[in-house]
Amino acid sequence: MSALLRFNDVTLGYDRHPAVHHLNGEIAPGSLTAVIGPNGAGKSTLFRGLVGLLKPLSGTIELGGLNVRDIAFLPQSADIDRSFPISVFDFIGTGLWSRTGLFGGIGKPQQIKIQQALMAVGLNGFERRGIGTLSGGQMQRMLFARVLLQDARVIVLDEPFNAIDAKTSADLLALVKRWHAEGRTVLAALHDMDLVRAHFPQALLLARGAVAWGDTARVLTQDNLTTARHMCEAFDDSARACVVDGVPARAA
Amino acid sequence: MLYEILIGPFTEFEFMRRALAGVLALALGGAPIGVFLMLRRMSLVGDAMAHAILPGAAIGFLISGLNLFAMTFGGLIAGFTVAILSGVVARSTELKEDASLATFYLVSLALGVTIVSMRGTNIDLLHVLFGNILALDDQTLLVIAFNATITLIVMALIYRPLVIECVDPVFLRTVSRSGAPTHLIFMALVVINLVNGFHALGTLLAVGLMILPAGIARFWSRDISGMLAIAVASAAVSGYAGLVLSFQTGVPSGPAIILVAAGMYVLSVLFGNVSGLVRQLFPGRHLEA
Repeated sequence: MSALLRFNDVTLGYDRHPAVHHLNGEIAPGSLTAVIGPNGAGKSTLFRGLVGLLKPLSGTIELGGLNVRDIAFLPQSADIDRSFPISVFDFIGTGLWSRTGLFGGIGKPQQIKIQQALMAVGLNGFERRGIGTLSGGQMQRMLFARVLLQDARVIVLDEPFNAIDAKTSADLLALVKRWHAEGRTVLAALHDMDLVRAHFPQALLLARGAVAWGDTARVLTQDNLTTARHMCEAFDDSARACVVDGVPARAA
Repeated sequence: MLYEILIGPFTEFEFMRRALAGVLALALGGAPIGVFLMLRRMSLVGDAMAHAILPGAAIGFLISGLNLFAMTFGGLIAGFTVAILSGVVARSTELKEDASLATFYLVSLALGVTIVSMRGTNIDLLHVLFGNILALDDQTLLVIAFNATITLIVMALIYRPLVIECVDPVFLRTVSRSGAPTHLIFMALVVINLVNGFHALGTLLAVGLMILPAGIARFWSRDISGMLAIAVASAAVSGYAGLVLSFQTGVPSGPAIILVAAGMYVLSVLFGNVSGLVRQLFPGRHLEA
């Protein structure tokens, strides 16, 4: 059902400075992978590259025949204008874009789907509330409801459990596990190692490059975590152009 | 008595009926644009764009005098050029759109005033700067109505991506490529409606019937659909009341319309049910949930 994602010597960054450097590896179809690493490790940058928001500085990302627009992405909610006068119901309805497009109507069947998504995240009764009135946890539930409606084969979640209470985390984690059980490929950037050990079979420990990648138990060793913590947050305006095997790296 | 004050001018004088039709068309097209300008935090961008259309209109004026089509066409070209150039610079460099727009509109305004002063008289300049809604002829009225119709149709077509781009642009970029075209089309609608307002209210006040009704609507509705309806209604009421005020007191019609809208804005700030000052002072008993 799901696709295989492959990173071929990918470097992603800003203004020629790499945030993810020469990453090679694969995400198996239907896998549930935690992407972990210190702040500045490149987790969000990797996700932005994966969903097409950032063009690689070099290398390629293969989506196994999927279109980049078939990936559902839950960004950190700072990107959303919460002062905009839109209701929770209408906001979640935007998750139907892949089926409605520019002009498709939101009829009775679609309204039922939106209602079901609201119920699945425990937001029933909030339909007419403006998004600006929601708490942090409610906001995150609403974003999960939109991902639910997108019905995507690959789901990418950027720090989905940040700054929310234990009950909300548990509810949303149940949803993540449901997606995994349905055979969807799920990637989530996380900081809670206990949560990763308990619920995520696969892990990528990122520190600009991959420190370790594979089964979570093998990835989350003390040695690997120490290596990641000592990663170099290098940013040098006078740095030379990166050379791999004697050839300057270029975007494919 | 009331009939003579409020209805009489329109039954008696054709130029007043034309003016009323003109402001209603301006309200229908411009107010929704104003709401989105405000929600995209681009209220002053509208003002800057209003100045940007001046050199085009002035070149049209230079070539053909006070010719409707030449000035409209010139205004549209100048406005589109500034909108596209500032958009391209903002999206391809680190300069924000407001900064690049400020540069281009100032150049545009300087060019416009220079061109007008090369051939015009002060009266011509006043016409360009302040318009004259009481002198709308058939052709001008048709142009205004046509532009308002186009605006409403195009707004209906881009409504969904426009809303999503305002509230969550990253999401729109991940599901569609329509973000950049939507922005450009929206800026084109801004230009079209400024050219519309330019004929009736002049470059300096053209943006007034777009932004003031949007500001009014913000105090009365928490929902985008409600805001659009209130903005159109308040623009239409301002237009009508401004014309009556102008007719009865001799105040210039363009400023009268904007001043009425400003009065409604002040009332909204005071008494609006969404964050109005009185509502904040006397919020009523709190609810149970």
